[in-house]
Amino acid sequence: MLHLILFLFFGAICVAGAVNLLVQSHPINSALSLVVVMASLAAEYLLLGAEFVAAVQVIVYAGAIMVLFLITIMLLNAGKEERTKGSRVATLLGVPGVTIGAVLVAWTLLGRSSTTRSVSIGALWGAPKDIARLLFHDFLLPFEITSVLILIAIMGAVVLASKPEAVARGPRKDA
Amino acid sequence: MVPLSYYLVLSGILFVCGVLGFLIKRNIITIFMSIELMLNGVNLSFVAFAAHWHALSGQVFVFFVMVVAAAEAAVGLAIIIAVYRTRETLNVDQVNLLKL
Repeated sequence: MLHLILFLFFGAICVAGAVNLLVQSHPINSALSLVVVMASLAAEYLLLGAEFVAAVQVIVYAGAIMVLFLITIMLLNAGKEERTKGSRVATLLGVPGVTIGAVLVAWTLLGRSSTTRSVSIGALWGAPKDIARLLFHDFLLPFEITSVLILIAIMGAVVLASKPEAVARGPRKDA
Repeated sequence: MVPLSYYLVLSGILFVCGVLGFLIKRNIITIFMSIELMLNGVNLSFVAFAAHWHALSGQVFVFFVMVVAAAEAAVGLAIIIAVYRTRETLNVDQVNLLKL
């Protein structure tokens, strides 16, 4: 029962944050509500017993990635976004379509409602040791490939974000 | 005991919020944040299924998704900075060089 209450509590925070991300017009407010979503998702992971995933979620997502977003928003001095009018046909067809689709999916899922194996609160089975064994034995090749991916991404980010003239001509004249 | 379907519905709501933000937002950074929201929704269903089937590999996939998201954030934000440098706007309606 406590499990369900906690699930609903953090789920409500999560959905509220996601909706707030859509409603806010200033990107920095959207970014902060995304942090709320990620933090409450970490709590949901803890409820599922995945302690290591929850920790990594907070450190990597809410920490590293969102800081990157906030730095970019502040660097570019992003202001309020201008709203543009969408087409009327999209509104007329889209809203009922999305509603029908959402109701169908939720009905199907809830109709076949099966219970997850209960993870009692405090009993965590996603221990770092087991995950490390899986990651470095069974998934060793994907792990190494992602390290190459990260390396390429870092190089790509440096190349894309550096000034084009600075690469071509060397030091700036006005410096 | 929380049914698996509750987690799936929550993850579906998050994913749909991400799709909606991707479609209705006009700021390129907010669009990018909507993509992160979608990835988070998928991650939740991964962890829920991992708990359901008692298979830890579901949690390992979450790490791979996180790594891809981090790489995507680094490259994407660099692209946003490059776009801003050339066009001096973050509004996607004004970034229309490839439009017919």
